Amino acid sequence: MTSRGRLGGFAFVAPFLFVYCFLLIYPLVNGILLSFQHVDLFGGGRFIGLDNYARLFADDTFLRSILTTFLLALMIVPLLTMLALALALALNRATRGAAIFRGVFFSSSVLSVTIVTLIWRFVLAPDAGLLGETAQGFGAEPIPFLSHPTWSLWALAITTIWWSIGLPMMLFLAGLQQIPGDVYEAAALDRAGRWTTLWRVTLPSLKRTVVLVVMLQTAAQLQIFGQAQLLTGGGPGGSTRTMVLFIFETAFARWELGYATAAAEILFLLIVALTLTQYVTTMRGSEDDGGR
Amino acid sequence: MASLELSNVSKKFGDTAVLDDVSLTMAEREFVAFLGPSGSGKSTLLRIIAGLETLDQGEVRLDGRRIDPLPPGERGVAMVFQHYALYPHMTVRDNMAFGLRNAKVPKAEIEARVAEAARVLEIEAHLDKKPGQMSGGQRQRVAIGRAIVKQPKLFLLDEPLSNLDAALRMRTRVELAQLRQRVDAAVIMVTHDQAEAMTLADRIIVMNDRRIQQIGPPMEIYSRPANVFVARFVGSPAMNLAPATLVGDDSSARFARVRLPDGAEVDTRVARAALPGGGALQLGLRPESVRVVHDGEATTSAKVELVERLGERTLIYATLEGGQPVIAEDSGTSAVRIGDRVGLRIDGSAAHLFGPDGGGHHAEAAAA
Repeated sequence: MTSRGRLGGFAFVAPFLFVYCFLLIYPLVNGILLSFQHVDLFGGGRFIGLDNYARLFADDTFLRSILTTFLLALMIVPLLTMLALALALALNRATRGAAIFRGVFFSSSVLSVTIVTLIWRFVLAPDAGLLGETAQGFGAEPIPFLSHPTWSLWALAITTIWWSIGLPMMLFLAGLQQIPGDVYEAAALDRAGRWTTLWRVTLPSLKRTVVLVVMLQTAAQLQIFGQAQLLTGGGPGGSTRTMVLFIFETAFARWELGYATAAAEILFLLIVALTLTQYVTTMRGSEDDGGR
Repeated sequence: MASLELSNVSKKFGDTAVLDDVSLTMAEREFVAFLGPSGSGKSTLLRIIAGLETLDQGEVRLDGRRIDPLPPGERGVAMVFQHYALYPHMTVRDNMAFGLRNAKVPKAEIEARVAEAARVLEIEAHLDKKPGQMSGGQRQRVAIGRAIVKQPKLFLLDEPLSNLDAALRMRTRVELAQLRQRVDAAVIMVTHDQAEAMTLADRIIVMNDRRIQQIGPPMEIYSRPANVFVARFVGSPAMNLAPATLVGDDSSARFARVRLPDGAEVDTRVARAALPGGGALQLGLRPESVRVVHDGEATTSAKVELVERLGERTLIYATLEGGQPVIAEDSGTSAVRIGDRVGLRIDGSAAHLFGPDGGGHHAEAAAA
């Protein structure tokens, strides 16, 4: 190719490259650099090497936030995946009712986190909430969903599942539609009952979608923030302080930007490592499943 | 003993009737082809037999047992799907064994049956591959293998050759013919390809417009089509059809003599007495009964519109005086060219006549 032609090619990709570098590469690199510095709001940065990281690994609040985040992800991701799959299986039919319910279950996804937490506050609040009043109606003690360390984690998990179920359900529905109908007919002629068909035909065919959903949701739920901030404020006693909430508080309440960035880099590495591990372990040896 | 019996099977999808009062009896180990155009109901009928569709009326019996209320897996039938419908995530071995495992066949027997089917179909080397790693022809064999291992009483083949390229289709056709000798079961094949039906089937069932149009051995379907539809659908190129009028009012004549629109007259060997009294007739002629000849021997003449050279013979697409199209045959070395006027001799002894209702009347046997 002539150098003129090569330049012409660059001209075509330049707008994208510019946006990509400016919005993605630059912040990424800048973030890494920032994490090696002591930065506060008013002064400039001062290079301090790995001090921020050393401090983080000695910071009980941070270490606890990692634990809390993983615990929440562990409570949310498997349950969310199973519920979304169950809903998709139930709603994967061409009836009007199924279409309406698909819309209903997806609709929660379009709400902002503020609305979602507001709704669930109405449900969960022990004194005036729906569950509290119901419990009192039966003469039982209301469960302190928002003020007990364990229950408040479940409150966050339930809120998150309710909010996030739409997309994985749609992904599973799309995956189900990809399975050709004649494979089910072959299974019927092969005497496969309902369960056998589900376990031996449907689920193996959905393997890629399951991996995708688990990866996406793991990455998303490790960054859980809005619900924790608005529903419990990280409390009681820091029991629901997630990593992003820690980063937010460090950066924008205590204005320790370098320290917060170092925590964000650790979160980034954790997410990349975890999702890659999931992908490699689950997709190994299944490259040939695509064809029929 | 009859293997499959269909009695008065009807099926509607919503308000649209797709099968109307279809009855059929198959002999043991018979190979039957359902032949018809798209939408003729042939695939629906196959699916009703398989249990993949319900029927609205009628009964399906296999070896005397009524099977139409049974689920597909309990009917003793096995099906080869048009797009194979293999389980993509299972190996070839598991694809074939799946149905047997569900039927709780002992493990040793499953292995023996799979091994035997793989040997017959020459796919032993591929048993641990997945369908995605195999060619179309190999997948087809796996699909056939999956049906064989079940040792069904009836094989259902849904357009089994339509997904294969031309060369592979010919080969698989031969293999299906051989396979059919090996298995102790009746076979139904759905196809819209008459060559497949003619070469493989003991009997062809021509379907159109929700109904069976004709049931018979391939050569009978070809030489004695029951009606205009069968006459036009079976045979390539299609049978020539031309309006014809009976000549003479001598009802004592044994065979019908008819006049074509261009005035040419043809002596048929169709019994005159069998023809309906009034109404328009149609003369049916296979291209091989219309030969290009020297003017002296010609029944009529025509203008050549298109010449199709097929090697061993040449097809001449021409029009008679008055615009009636006709397809004639000539030798492979034919010198006829587009625009020529050629003489045609019509072999009336092979002519068919179709009455106003479309029903076919054919030449009496040569002895007559």
